[in-house]
Amino acid sequence: MHTIRTSLLTTGAALALSVSFANAGTVKIGNTNPYSGPASAYGQIGQTISACVKMANATGVLGGDTIEFISYDDGYSPPKTVEQIRKLVERDEVIFTFQTLGTPTNSAIHRYMNAKKVPQLFVATGASKWGDPKNFPWTMGWQPNYPTEAKIYAKYIRENLPKAKIAVLYQNDDYGKDYLNGFKEGLGDMVGNIVAETPYEVADPTVDSAIISFKAAGADVFFNITTPKFAAQAIRKAHEIGWKPTHFLNNVSASIGSVIKPAGFEASQGIITTAYLMDPTDPQWTDNAEYKEWSAFMDKYFPDGDKTSSFTAYGYAVCNTLLHVLKSANGDYSRENIMDKASSIRGLRVPMLLPGITISTSKTDFYPIEAMQLQRIEGKTWKLFGNIISAESE
Amino acid sequence: MELFLHQIISGISNGAIYACMALSVVMIYQAIHHLNFAQGEMAMFSTYIAWQMMAWGLVWWLAIPLTILISLAGGFAIERVIFKPIENAPVLSHIVIFIALFAILNSLAGFIWDFTIKSVESPFGKGPFMGSPLLGKHQAGMIGVTIVMLVGLWAFFRFTRTGLSMRAAAANPESARLVGIRVSRMTALGWGMAAAIGAVAGILIAPVVFLEPNMMLSILLYGFAGAVLGGLTSPLGAVIGGFLVGIIENLAGTYLGGVGAELKLSIALVLIIVVLVVKPEGLLGRKIVQRV
Amino acid sequence: MSDSVVTDTRPSPPAGAETRTHRPATAPPARILSPGNIVAVIVLAVLIVLPLTSKSFFVFQMNQMLVYAIAVLGLNILTGINGQFSLGHSAFYAIGAYSCAILVEMVGVNYMATLPLAAVICFIAGFLFGFPALRLEGLYLALATFALAVATPQILKLSVIEHYTGGVQGIIMFSDTFEAPVPFGLPMESSTWVYYFTLAVFVLVYILAIALIRSRTGRAMMAIRDNPIAARSMGVNLSYYKATAFGISAMVTGIAGALSAIVIKFVAPDSFTFFLAVLILVGMVIGGVGWLPGCIIGGLAMLYLPNIAEQLDDVILLFARPLGLADALPGNLQNSAIRLSGVIYGFILILLIYLAPQGAGGLIRAVVSRLKWLKS
Repeated sequence: MHTIRTSLLTTGAALALSVSFANAGTVKIGNTNPYSGPASAYGQIGQTISACVKMANATGVLGGDTIEFISYDDGYSPPKTVEQIRKLVERDEVIFTFQTLGTPTNSAIHRYMNAKKVPQLFVATGASKWGDPKNFPWTMGWQPNYPTEAKIYAKYIRENLPKAKIAVLYQNDDYGKDYLNGFKEGLGDMVGNIVAETPYEVADPTVDSAIISFKAAGADVFFNITTPKFAAQAIRKAHEIGWKPTHFLNNVSASIGSVIKPAGFEASQGIITTAYLMDPTDPQWTDNAEYKEWSAFMDKYFPDGDKTSSFTAYGYAVCNTLLHVLKSANGDYSRENIMDKASSIRGLRVPMLLPGITISTSKTDFYPIEAMQLQRIEGKTWKLFGNIISAESE
Repeated sequence: MELFLHQIISGISNGAIYACMALSVVMIYQAIHHLNFAQGEMAMFSTYIAWQMMAWGLVWWLAIPLTILISLAGGFAIERVIFKPIENAPVLSHIVIFIALFAILNSLAGFIWDFTIKSVESPFGKGPFMGSPLLGKHQAGMIGVTIVMLVGLWAFFRFTRTGLSMRAAAANPESARLVGIRVSRMTALGWGMAAAIGAVAGILIAPVVFLEPNMMLSILLYGFAGAVLGGLTSPLGAVIGGFLVGIIENLAGTYLGGVGAELKLSIALVLIIVVLVVKPEGLLGRKIVQRV
Repeated sequence: MSDSVVTDTRPSPPAGAETRTHRPATAPPARILSPGNIVAVIVLAVLIVLPLTSKSFFVFQMNQMLVYAIAVLGLNILTGINGQFSLGHSAFYAIGAYSCAILVEMVGVNYMATLPLAAVICFIAGFLFGFPALRLEGLYLALATFALAVATPQILKLSVIEHYTGGVQGIIMFSDTFEAPVPFGLPMESSTWVYYFTLAVFVLVYILAIALIRSRTGRAMMAIRDNPIAARSMGVNLSYYKATAFGISAMVTGIAGALSAIVIKFVAPDSFTFFLAVLILVGMVIGGVGWLPGCIIGGLAMLYLPNIAEQLDDVILLFARPLGLADALPGNLQNSAIRLSGVIYGFILILLIYLAPQGAGGLIRAVVSRLKWLKS
């Protein structure tokens, strides 16, 4: 009996030790997503990643090692995010966090993560402040940031519509203001051409009133910084009142299935946006090999997922980026090595990125995706035009 | 001037949404002298049921009446099952149960139908109303239906036995029982009717704002504001209040400088407080005198 | 035709008042070694020893729990002692938090000194709100405070005051020192110090609350709760005491808000939504309306209730893993409890109201009186 107990104890101790050392078979990754509350729509991303990790484990992507993806609900409330992240880091002892969602939520844990030297990897927000390796060496974004996108539109306006009278509708929060500021910066001396700049709240029932004002102000260019529900409303109202500006729609709402179709194809002709991902509801990709791969993944591992939501394409692409980083870690899943590999990506292709767009990072470049392409609605699909615009920094 | 007119008309269109909601709120107030904070979620849930039926292929003139019936039964059932056991509990308990109902319906809707927006076809069709660029067919239909419901309710409360019994049961349950009115049945019926009206409100609102589980919270607040402004005891007041709130909100948003658009909810708040303090019975309500 | 409707005042028990079978929440007998006091000492001892024996994350959680307990205490003063409702206490919590953050970051005040300042600011805010609220009863007051809670995040984002409030970006606390500096060079971690600081504030506020109940003011407030018309006819100045109750209640919840700014080190409009106001209310009901010690239980409820779905998921997985079913569960089911967290939350609330409408306070008192009855 004594020997059994001792051997049990030693086995227990060995297990405990092995759990605390990261390279013994399991890679623990933490995440917070809003699964409840007003931002719950984004919870699809967390679910997609969860399913993708399941697939990775099932198909042995990391050889003998498995990924444990722990995702907690923070309800998009910063204090909750702080609590959940501390739980993940201090109690669950995850190696790093991945795709934590939201700007205020990530702001709340920004300094903590860097003080604790835990990688805050590929955060799910387009704010520009995440690419600052000098001051925050453990934090990195993933998607093209909002000001970069806004500047692309500003440049287009400067080059093609020099006499524009511009109206801007923006969501009154960090995301909306980030776009607005980037846009104004990009306009340079054409800032004076903005004739109307109207915020709206997520709590507002409609944005119809703002659209009516824009038409009355005589605007002929419209920068639409809205989330899907309000984007659809804006598009439809503009059509209803017969207002036909050159319409720039932010990438966040550039989904055929979630925005264009509900708003009406007739109302949406000519709308311009930039993209870096394939729109899964766009018929032009149906025969594309990557689309088929994503579609098969959804059918097998995430059948309840919403295949019309761009969040599922996003989730799949970012998860594949993660898998690349983990594979290149070669079994050494320490925090330093993970961060090192994440900041040495060269020209990576992951499924569902638009053809020609790649991911690159370096010790001074913490903006993985900086390339986008303009596209406009023609018929029932997005028509890419122009070249891939890259803001790639060294 | 055209802008002003446009905003007024747009305010009336928005106001129609609030008026519907306000009517539903007043309806339940008439039945149980309580404000149901879950009213919006119930309306949203009913709308999803209608959407689902139409997605399964049912035509709108079958789906909508069916939804209304289901909502009627649902409201009745909720009262019987959840609220009857705590009939005599203090107000705080009721408030907590309303919150519970809110959380359950919201979460359930998101789980079953996702948070991506769904478009709901308007039974009135698209396009301008009688060629006017200011009013759409749907807005006109919304206003029309609201008025019809209003008149129907007024007639119900005024001229039918059941309506009278319901009013009596809510105003003075003790005395009502003494004259033979089945008070608990009236309460449950009141819930059912409120749910049905809420369903109509939701189905009218969804084509404008797009259907998603979180569409109702702020609309509920504006609906409350409208009901309070018009008077919680007066369905007509509620409807007028709803339209007024829509117009005020729109005008403030357009003309109060840059801040106006950011202040819409605060305006609703201020409105509610000012009315409750200055003239609690609202524009058209009746004064409630308390006997010691 | 008569224009007014005469109704009998419904004889429903006012909020916080006990039913006939329990003693009303008036001043308890002042016995030093009463069982209540003994339990209090034990709880306090546990809370003091906590940081020495627990992991830092647990200390952080208990720190939050104490903050929430103070917030619940604040609301209880308004509802349990004075009988007025509030669905809007998140607003006062926010005012306290922002006062602290602005004073520390913009004015350079020491974070500990911000508490009395935040208290004063919130008292004034509550008192001012209390005045228009005077004429509102029951549901009407609930409605007005509901509107306040829904409007608060929007007000916090107003661009006109953005320079002070940080607008949608919020304010990061301790931007130069990263964490709350430990005073007097004490040899402990900042988070441990903040925990003890919170505990000290909690004890202080609790003692003041007890003193309030036993004072004349407290008795007046309770009289207003139990029978406002009788109280008025006995000469109690309703306006003054009701507004004061609002002020004190807002002050206490505001202190909790200020502490939360120090603990979380970040304030943003999204932290102070209507859902927070609901959570505080639920915490108060679970602890027991009118039963001050219940605030600890209320604080625990506020901390753990939103995460209850996660615990449920863990429980499900606990059974599914050994049975080898964990992978067979469709990818969704693994966190479907999280996605149904609202439903679980709602059901728990319903069960609470059915089975224990007086909250933990009611349960404990029922047990105690049953024991007494058995003894006799």
